Amino acid sequence: MSATGLSDFVLEEPGESTYIREVYGKTLVELGREGRDIVVLDADLTVSTKTSYFGKEFPERFFTMGVSEQDMMATAAGFALSGKVPFASTFAVFATGRAWEHVRQSIAFPGLNVKIVATHAGVTVGEDGATHQALEDVALMRVLPNMKVIVPADAVETEQVIRAIVRDKGPVYVRLARVKFPTIFNESYHFDIGKARILRGGTDVTIFAIGIMVSEALEAARILVKGGVSACVVNVSSVKPIDVETIVKTASVTGAVVTAEDHSIIGGLGGAVSEVLGEYCPTPIKRIGMRDRFGTSGNGMKLLEHFGLKARNIADAARGLLDINRRSESVGL
Amino acid sequence: MFKTTSDVNVLKEVARKVRIDLLKALHRAKSGHTGGSLSSVEIIVSIYFSEMRHDPGNPRWEDRDRFILSKGHGVPALYSTLAHAGYFDASELMTLRQLDSRLQGHPEYDLDIGIEASTGSLGHGLSTANGMALAFKLDGRDNRIYVLLSDGELQEGATWEAITSSSYRKLDNLCAFVDRNRFQNDGAMADIKDIEPVDEKWRAFGWEVENLPDGHDIPAILKTFEKAKTVKGKPFVVIANTVKGKGVSIFENQGKYHGVAPSDEELEIALKELGEAA
Repeated sequence: MSATGLSDFVLEEPGESTYIREVYGKTLVELGREGRDIVVLDADLTVSTKTSYFGKEFPERFFTMGVSEQDMMATAAGFALSGKVPFASTFAVFATGRAWEHVRQSIAFPGLNVKIVATHAGVTVGEDGATHQALEDVALMRVLPNMKVIVPADAVETEQVIRAIVRDKGPVYVRLARVKFPTIFNESYHFDIGKARILRGGTDVTIFAIGIMVSEALEAARILVKGGVSACVVNVSSVKPIDVETIVKTASVTGAVVTAEDHSIIGGLGGAVSEVLGEYCPTPIKRIGMRDRFGTSGNGMKLLEHFGLKARNIADAARGLLDINRRSESVGL
Repeated sequence: MFKTTSDVNVLKEVARKVRIDLLKALHRAKSGHTGGSLSSVEIIVSIYFSEMRHDPGNPRWEDRDRFILSKGHGVPALYSTLAHAGYFDASELMTLRQLDSRLQGHPEYDLDIGIEASTGSLGHGLSTANGMALAFKLDGRDNRIYVLLSDGELQEGATWEAITSSSYRKLDNLCAFVDRNRFQNDGAMADIKDIEPVDEKWRAFGWEVENLPDGHDIPAILKTFEKAKTVKGKPFVVIANTVKGKGVSIFENQGKYHGVAPSDEELEIALKELGEAA
């Protein structure tokens, strides 16, 4: 921990803003150059998902499936059954929604080694509007047995996640955003499947966050400390398997929890953390995320403001919880 | 490696035994798909006993050809064929659909018993076969892939996504069969949502199409295997006109036996007709 309470792998100030889907595309190329036996499939969004980088360098191992997401998923299953490591990419809403039943039956059920990496998740998709803003993809994938679900928090973590899922055998869903957002880790950061990372120590409230909302959570902690509230920030990039130990430990220290995600609070991180704490360590909780509604068109980052998904919303939720806790104590509950 | 045969009398006798054992298994299970299992028997038996390169003693053999039962509900015919080919003991057929059985109600990926893919939800199997075919081409391997679809499955939009991919990718290491028995769960396809003209549709999608007037005619099935191997640069499909419930008079062309197992009396009649004492 540094003097500001940050773990030593966290940058003191938010770093350069990056498109993490670019990092995905470049990491695929590196894996190809390293001789990994990967093949890449995409459903007519190769420029947006950045799989086009791989396609340019390895055209014989790159399969444009056209606008056929279901076909893509079951074809990826066939590649896995023949010993390849297939990556299947498209927008999150199509990868998890349109093709859900193909993912369930042909990938998750037999536990095949297919890597589903979807981009354009969340309201930050922006102008394309509600039809293209996946707000339920984490829920749809998390509910499938055998399926792992990973949501990287910045560029540094994205590269590590893509490498980690190649080393790991079995189906996985990786959720990436469209917009660029700040890098928060230095090169000493280390991602492990199944591990949550404490980014900042704190004693009054724990903020659990994923993806783009991790940098908002760190900013919320900076806001809170000015008002004398000490917030612990935890990156739960491995939504499944979820790190029960770290979640219970940090929640039990602070006794108040806020979750933050660019996703529905139903079934997403808020749901997952509530399930863990409800079972192992009941704790007052406030979930920041999309509240059972669809998105809308607009600038992606402005939509975070519009739907109350900014650092100050997280900070307000934390202060609200602390007020509740104090009132409870004062009436002797 | 499994020793294949083109002796029609041997294949007919295997088909008879496969029918008897799948009916006994369905009867014991008290549920399952009778009609669509019986309609597929000659096709599946011919593929395993006359055509495919495979080894029941080494089900993970890298050089094996692959069979995917996209119409997973017909799996009693596949289990019975696999047992007769030597993948597992025929006595295990009587565990069909029971707790702890490897013989699940619809096929579950399990190479130990020769099941190459989890199927049962229609509209998946051809895509999976395409992925295998692409992987083998990528590696310069000569493994062939056989896939059996139902005709009802052609009502699934995803099937046509797959049909488009196979021809676009010129998958001539792939041979598909359509079990054209003309019935689906709710009745005759013509009364529900007809799919004619089946052959013209596949042809329009870029496939080499072979119409097989009688999908139970073993010598004719064997001829399609030979033709399939002569077609280069495109995938090959056999539209096999079959009889739902084939081989047992009371089940033939009776839509209601799509998803119903034989009763005690029906099994007795069936076994008698198939030349087996109950």
